[in-house]
Amino acid sequence: MIRLNFELPSLTLGKSAALDASNPSAEEDSYALEVRNLSVYYDSFRAVKDINLKLPKRKITAFIGPSGCGKSTLLRTFNRMNDLIPGVRVEGEVLFNGYNLYAPGVDAVEVRRRIGMVFQKPNPFPKSIYENIAWGARINGYRGNMDELVEQTLRQAALWDEVKDKLHQSGLSLSGGQQQRLCIARAIAIKPEIILMDEPASALDPISTLKIEELMRQLAEKYTIVVVTHNMQQAARISDYTAFLMMDEDRAGYLVEYGTTAQIFTNPREKATEDYITGRFG
Amino acid sequence: MMKEKASHATRLEPSPFGEEVQLKRNLAARHRAGAIWHALFLLALIIGIIALTALIYNILDQTFGLVAVEVKVPPHELAQDGVPLEDLSTEQLIALLEARVSKGVLRRLKAEQPLEQRDREDLLSLVYERVVQPKIVRSWSLTDSLLRRRSVEMEVAQKYPSAQLQFRSWLNPHFVSQPQSSDPQVAGVRTAILGSLWTIAITILVAFPLGVGAAIYLEEYAADNALNRLIQTNINNLAGVPSIIYGMLGLAIFVRALEPLTSGALVGGVADPTTANGRTILSAGLTLALLVLPLLIVNAQEAIRAVPNSLREAGYALGASKWQVIRDHVLPNALPGILTGTILSISRAMGETAPLIVVGASTYIVYDPHGPFSKFTTLPVQIYQWTARPQQEFRNIAAAAIVVLLVLLLSLNAAAIIMRNRFSRRLV
Repeated sequence: MIRLNFELPSLTLGKSAALDASNPSAEEDSYALEVRNLSVYYDSFRAVKDINLKLPKRKITAFIGPSGCGKSTLLRTFNRMNDLIPGVRVEGEVLFNGYNLYAPGVDAVEVRRRIGMVFQKPNPFPKSIYENIAWGARINGYRGNMDELVEQTLRQAALWDEVKDKLHQSGLSLSGGQQQRLCIARAIAIKPEIILMDEPASALDPISTLKIEELMRQLAEKYTIVVVTHNMQQAARISDYTAFLMMDEDRAGYLVEYGTTAQIFTNPREKATEDYITGRFG
Repeated sequence: MMKEKASHATRLEPSPFGEEVQLKRNLAARHRAGAIWHALFLLALIIGIIALTALIYNILDQTFGLVAVEVKVPPHELAQDGVPLEDLSTEQLIALLEARVSKGVLRRLKAEQPLEQRDREDLLSLVYERVVQPKIVRSWSLTDSLLRRRSVEMEVAQKYPSAQLQFRSWLNPHFVSQPQSSDPQVAGVRTAILGSLWTIAITILVAFPLGVGAAIYLEEYAADNALNRLIQTNINNLAGVPSIIYGMLGLAIFVRALEPLTSGALVGGVADPTTANGRTILSAGLTLALLVLPLLIVNAQEAIRAVPNSLREAGYALGASKWQVIRDHVLPNALPGILTGTILSISRAMGETAPLIVVGASTYIVYDPHGPFSKFTTLPVQIYQWTARPQQEFRNIAAAAIVVLLVLLLSLNAAAIIMRNRFSRRLV
């Protein structure tokens, strides 16, 4: 079993046993995640097949594609969220700092502590705004000044000015957009290395969406972000790299094309990609 | 353009919904059907309200009413020098008792507590009990007392010329504070109230942690396999098993097999463990705990299932362990629902009679239960026993005891509801 290192500062330095960055082969160092021959099954149904991807560090990578093509399923393999669904089976490897997340003995709890996630629907805890931020840090053994952490995190999430006077009100009292930024703040409070976002703005109005996008651009200076989106304009606006997925005849999702966002949107290699981004289907 | 064309087309082709007239007729028929259902639902509600009202009327009708009282010695004969009985001094009351009460009774009273050490209230009630000796010879229901007062008065004048007609509330402070007695006039429900409270306390203490624990396991930990599905089905079925069967179970396990434990012999500190023979409050509480356990588990499961999965995911995504998610998110959010189930369980356990009779509730007990190893009676058992008596007076005190039971039940539930609301407020 892998020992968890509960001291937050040292985690960012990467001193912990298995999943840290102390495996510096020059090539791997620039990638946050490397996906090799990944397939995901729901019981006998293959939802995602043979994905190969390398996600660069401190960049935003967007997954686009039609509904049901397995974007979210793929995203959720990156922090082993699929483990929570009975009947899900993963084949292949997801390498994080050179270590396979699906190797035997890897603790899913540690994986999720290092690879955070923001969901489609804002889901703040029905607790105070303060507690929404503090909870994750506390359960992970944070022993520093909690007030400072909360303020600093909320500032990073560009939410501090809006909530500083009502930190002890319920997180549910905020607007939808504020709730989603609170969820992002909650995720970065434990200083993960990667943030996964599953359509983070699809339930929000255009102005809130813009604020979230702005925030994502700021966070990309420090974090690797992987975002699933339905909205191609959004992918074009915010991401550095784009992966286009589609469904095969057997309804399994596969990777059609992956490249820089500029290349995918201006000069796609595949016909299917071009059809999709020009709105001919999907 | 498009729209115009479309509407034009529908006007020409026959609509599958029929002509305008048919539409009107159809609409009227739909509204009629709706109105009939509306009326039926209202009727169901009204019948329910009538049944409840009849129940409450029936209880209150017996709880209050006129009584004809005959006294052995009228109180005014006991007045001394123009001072009425109620205002006599302590010394005068003692003298009165010494003079009028038989030697044997006096000796016994003095053995309980010397007369000089008793306070005035106590002495006065002794005088009433032993000297005045009021006796209710006939009682009437509240309806008769209010609507047929004249004929009641005539009946008293004819049949009980020496009796006095008084209005009596069978439910009174004396009734609540006095122990059981074979005389309905002085009988009270204190022993039964205490017995009920002790039993319920043990039931909750045992059933709540077990029930919530089992529900957490089934909802959060148990894999979806044949064994667990079998367990789940059985729990659902157990919730519907007749309570008397739990009584048999309690008798076999707690009273017989575990007698050394339930009689308190193993624990020690019990004066004489043989008197109750395992027919103790502990046995009753454990039996009722078994009875409400399936109900509690099923309700707690519902409450835990109602916690949105997004909340669990949010917790896991922050690197929380399963127990941290359960402790900090699932349980606090499920608690109001769990407490609702607990309220239902308390009500069920509070009103159970049959299993307690099987387990061995005593029907006649004058001593307060002083711990889990005491013999006991409970309110429903007491009510059951009183209603079985032929005398009208016992039916009156049974009705009064029902009122006490209902009030006790409502106040326990109110406490649980206040607790639940406090929890829900803290969360949102």
